[in-house]
Amino acid sequence: MWKTIKRWYHQLGSPRYFYRFCEAVLPWLVPVSLALLAVGLIWGLVYAPVERYQGDSYRIIYIHVPASSGALMGYIAMGVAGLVALVWRMKMAEVMLKALAPFGAALAAVSLLTGALWGKPTWGTYWQWDARMTSMLILLFLYLGIMALQNAIRDPRQAARAAALLAVVGVINVVIVKYSVEWLNTLHQGATLKVVGESSIDASMKWPLLISMAGLWLLYAANVLIRARTEVLSRERRSGWVRRLVRDEEA
Amino acid sequence: MNPVRKQRLFVVLAVLAGLAVAVGLAVYALRQNINLFYTPQQIVNGEAPVGAKMRVGGLVEDGSVQRDPDTLDVVFTVTDGKGSFAIHYQGILPDLFREGQGVVANGTLVSRDRFEADEVLAKHDETYMPPEVQDALEKAGHPGSKPGAKEEDAGYPKGDYD
Repeated sequence: MWKTIKRWYHQLGSPRYFYRFCEAVLPWLVPVSLALLAVGLIWGLVYAPVERYQGDSYRIIYIHVPASSGALMGYIAMGVAGLVALVWRMKMAEVMLKALAPFGAALAAVSLLTGALWGKPTWGTYWQWDARMTSMLILLFLYLGIMALQNAIRDPRQAARAAALLAVVGVINVVIVKYSVEWLNTLHQGATLKVVGESSIDASMKWPLLISMAGLWLLYAANVLIRARTEVLSRERRSGWVRRLVRDEEA
Repeated sequence: MNPVRKQRLFVVLAVLAGLAVAVGLAVYALRQNINLFYTPQQIVNGEAPVGAKMRVGGLVEDGSVQRDPDTLDVVFTVTDGKGSFAIHYQGILPDLFREGQGVVANGTLVSRDRFEADEVLAKHDETYMPPEVQDALEKAGHPGSKPGAKEEDAGYPKGDYD
C-alpha cells in the first residue's frame, strides 16, 4: 500500500508522466463527471420529493452542499500541495497548487450565494455574521489571496512558495468552517450528511445529493487536471518531450 | 528523509501548530462575541447584560405562541430545557417559525424574563424529510417525527455554555 502510494507520488511528480496520465484519464473523467452531475441535479431539482417545512426551496441543497464541500476539499488539497511544495520543493505540487485555486474559489462563491438565497426564505435573512458564514467568506478570500499571490510575483517558483505558505496556514480555517456549527452557537445548522452514523436526510433526497456531490467533485478534478496539464506544457516548453509533442502535433 | 527537508517539514509544521494554537486561543477568548446568540440558560444565569442589544436563541416552547388578533404583536416563550423567557415581537415571522423549532431573535433584553425583538430568524435543523415520510412516522408514533422532540435534533447547538 505505502509502496504503491510512494511509486505514484514519484511517477506523478514527473511532468512528463503527469501529462500522459492526464491524456489517459481526462477522456473518461470529463464525461463521467458531467453525466453524474446531470443525473444528480435533474433528480434532485425535479424528481426528489418536497421537504415537509421548506417546500421546494430546500432543493438548493443540491447545489449548495456539493459546492461547499468541493470548495473545502479543494482547499485541503491545496494545503497538502502547499506542504509538499514547501518541504520537498516538488514542481508538480506547485503546478497543482496553481491549478486547484480558480475552480475552488468559484465553488466558494457559489456556496455563499446559494446559501444567501436559501437563507432568505428559510431563516428570514440573506446574511448574518455567524461563525459558519464568516469562516466560509474567509475561505473565499483565502482562495482569492492565493490566486493574487501567484499572479503578483513574476518568478513562478517564488510565487508558488508564497502561495504555498498561505495555502498551508489557511487549512486552519477549513477546520473552523467544519466545526463552527458544533463548537459555537450559529444560525447555520449542523451537518446533515455524516460519514459515521446515519445521515439526517431521507434516502429519497440523499441519493441525488450524493450523486451531485460525486459529479461536482469529479468535475473539479477534471478541471484541475486540465489546468495543470496546460501549466505543465507552459513550464516545460523548452524540454525535449514537449518539443517532440508539438512537432508531432504539427506534422 | 534528507535532513534539509526534515528541517523544512519541521519548520512548516511548527508554524502551522503555533498558528493553530493562536487561532484556537483567539476563538476561545472571543467565544462570547463569535457565538451568534445567548442561550436561555445563559440569560437565566445572568450572563447576558440587561438593557443591551443582543441576539438570543432557543426553541419555541410548545403552546406558548400568542398572537394578538388585531395587531402583528406576538409573544412566545423560548427555552432550552434549562431556562426560558418570553420574547415580544411585532412583525411578520419567517415561514419556518413554528412551535418546537429553533429561533434566533435580535433585540433588547428588557429584564431577565422578557426580551423585545426587532427581528426573529428561524433556525432550520439538519433533518430533511418529505411530508409523506413525516406522516408515516407520526402514524407510527415515532418520536423523531415531531420537531423539537429531541433537543439535539431541533437545530439547537450542543455543548456546554459556560
